[in-house]
Amino acid sequence: MSDFPGVRLHVVSGKGGTGKTTVAAALALALAGGGRRVLLAEVEGRQGIAQLFDCPPLGYDEREVAVAPHGGDVLAMAVEPEQALLEYLDMFYKLGRAGRALKKMGAIDFATTIAPGIADVLVTGKIKEAVIRREGGRPAYDAVVMDAPPTGRIARFLNVNSEVVGLARMGPIHSQAQSVMTLLASAHTAVHLVTLLEEMPVQETVDAVGQLTKAGLPVGAVIVNMTREPILPADALVAVAEGRLDTAELRRGLRAGGLPKSPSIEEGLVAEAVDHAQRVALEETERDELARVDRPTYELPLLEGGVDLGGLYRLAGALAAQGVR
Amino acid sequence: MSARAAAGAEAGTVDGTADLTVDIDAVLDRESVVVCCGSGGVGKTTTAAALAVRAAERGRRVAVLTIDPARRLAQAMGLTELDNTPRRVAGIDESAGGELDAMMLDMKRTFDEVVATHADPERAQAILANPFYQSLSSSFAGTQEYMAMEKLGQLKAAGLYDLIVVDTPPTRNALDFLDAPQRLSRFLDGRMIRVLVAPARAGGRAYVKVLSVGIGMFTSVLAKIVGMQLLRDLSTFVAALETMFGGFRERAEATYELLKRPGTTFIVVAAPERDALREASYFVERLAEESMPLTGLVLNRVHPTRAPGLSGSRSLAVAEMLTDSGASPLTAAVLQLHAERIALAAREQQLKARFTSAHPHVPVLEVLAQATDVHDLSGLREVGASLAAGAAG
Ligand SMILES: Nc1ncnc2c1ncn2[C@@H]1O[C@H](COP(=O)(O)OP(=O)(O)OP(=O)(O)O)[C@@H](O)[C@H]1O
Ligand SMILES: Nc1ncnc2c1ncn2[C@@H]1O[C@H](COP(=O)(O)OP(=O)(O)OP(=O)(O)O)[C@@H](O)[C@H]1O
Ligand SMILES: [Mg+2]
Ligand SMILES: [Mg+2]
Repeated sequence: MSDFPGVRLHVVSGKGGTGKTTVAAALALALAGGGRRVLLAEVEGRQGIAQLFDCPPLGYDEREVAVAPHGGDVLAMAVEPEQALLEYLDMFYKLGRAGRALKKMGAIDFATTIAPGIADVLVTGKIKEAVIRREGGRPAYDAVVMDAPPTGRIARFLNVNSEVVGLARMGPIHSQAQSVMTLLASAHTAVHLVTLLEEMPVQETVDAVGQLTKAGLPVGAVIVNMTREPILPADALVAVAEGRLDTAELRRGLRAGGLPKSPSIEEGLVAEAVDHAQRVALEETERDELARVDRPTYELPLLEGGVDLGGLYRLAGALAAQGVR
Repeated sequence: MSARAAAGAEAGTVDGTADLTVDIDAVLDRESVVVCCGSGGVGKTTTAAALAVRAAERGRRVAVLTIDPARRLAQAMGLTELDNTPRRVAGIDESAGGELDAMMLDMKRTFDEVVATHADPERAQAILANPFYQSLSSSFAGTQEYMAMEKLGQLKAAGLYDLIVVDTPPTRNALDFLDAPQRLSRFLDGRMIRVLVAPARAGGRAYVKVLSVGIGMFTSVLAKIVGMQLLRDLSTFVAALETMFGGFRERAEATYELLKRPGTTFIVVAAPERDALREASYFVERLAEESMPLTGLVLNRVHPTRAPGLSGSRSLAVAEMLTDSGASPLTAAVLQLHAERIALAAREQQLKARFTSAHPHVPVLEVLAQATDVHDLSGLREVGASLAAGAAG
């Protein structure tokens, strides 16, 4: 992102349902624009990315899912702790077939769930591997975008070091945690927070900024998703929110448009306008609240009827227009 | 009985015919536990609080167990202290003889209490200090759900309330609430853990018995990965837990049984959105499978039009004409708003219809979207009234 020069790992979090997966995918597309190569990684095994790109379920292999505007590739994968552990064991202990036997016994599953932080270290470890991997004398990816866990868990998820160090005081998991932490806490990483202009997501965003900062993790942008243009004229909004809609003018307008006189329709229209204006006012309050965290902010429009592949490109375009590259 | 028919029967239809009305006030007057479930952000906490306020004002002694309420709602209910005990809510109309206590769940503290109840002081101390316990009690997936059930069990056992309304944690999948606790006890009781703690338990003999080549390699690999010391901590932890574990699991099972007993009912909350309704569908089917009683689906935050006499297309046509002539920008905007509102209402009704055709026996109660957040008692009363009025949807 132009606001984030040097960032190689973009972590996308936010309250559940605010659009993390959608925004991560749009961000990957925007970053790939103009001939770059970007990896989009899912970490919670929910296959949200496959649904979005309308492709078969993702696996541990990195697979091309989209071509960016003006060339550029988005590859995607689903990082899974068991696979990451097997790969890791294989790298260090040359397990070969024994690895599969361990898996069949349920040992691998057990090892990844034996303590809460361990799966996180394995997953972030794999992400780090993709970030630093080199191919043909240059980085394999220009950027890696992670569709991360929600704000409620993000600081704990990324703060693998402190989470695991208390449990595994030595050994490879311990050193792995420390090496992952070096990347996550560096200027090569940015944690972006997706929010809506609603009370709870904004509250969680503000809280998450605090938690991440406290953990020494770099907060990137705030991405406000599903915004709507106010429809009422700006000069009328405040009055209408307070219930002072110019009903005489409304009646004149309705007559001018040839609509028959109907008190119930007029009352209904006024009520709808007041609803709308109050909602816009609430959104303004939430915008002010977000401004207090003082991070670069991007806005993405609400697409009526949801986000299909075309919609995803539109959102990527909106990010690009706001300077993401 | 098919799952659907079961859902219908559980929804209170006496003869299995489709009777889609539900009298929420009668439910609040009759039941002793109401559990509000649903996927993230749909309004579980709001619905739970609104039902609790309404029941209390109808004369019942009510406790509401909330989980992570929005800050302003918490303040409005006097939930400023996280002390894990219910506190009286001020501002409730108690003239009918009811009252409302509210609490916010503190999962770590609840877990600590469970340990303290089931182990002697010395062992409890050892467990509480174990790093493994500390990590498990504050972050293991499922702990929050498990502890919500534990707290419900405690409140129920105390016998101070006519009705307990339970909110559930913000999980993505509504089913997590039913599955997560088992996940935790399955983990604590799992085969691998048995093997690991075997040496501590049986002085090595049991260990030798199960020690196949695979297991031997497993422990040694595990030790290499996470370090021997973590395995030792884990083994001490599980050994310490062992003595209290039977009681622990029995207790959890008993609480889950409570969910199937008469007097308990579930309310599934969803927003009029595709994902939320899909989750709600799964949940409704699962409740039927588990013979857990369902009152109905709360469709929260619907936007019906307030001027049904004017169609969307007419409205748009006039708006366009007014915009072209520049006659009245205000009216043009109001009409455009109306057209959008009608389109939104139609989408919502379509989603509702799809749910109803898949679950014809589940009553749907619509709750109007309020223009602003629900953050005080009067907002909760409005939601409660909307629930009581929305009987037939
Ligand atoms: N800008 C948008 N306009 C319209 N719909 C959107 C927009 N962004 C996201 N959505 C829709 O909102 C829903 C939630 O989005 P998404 O799955 O990306 O959220 P999430 O934060 O990843 O959710 P979860 O917490 O479940 O992982 C989806 O149905 C998605 O299509
Ligand atoms: N009918 C309604 N009209 C307007 N706002 C509402 C309505 N119901 C809920 N809200 C608002 O929506 C937000 C989310 O509601 P709530 O906290 O009850 O959801 P939840 O399902 O408990 O969420 P979580 O899964 O995060 O626990 C709150 O800010 C609440 O005030
Ligand atoms: Mg997602
Ligand atoms: Mg809640």
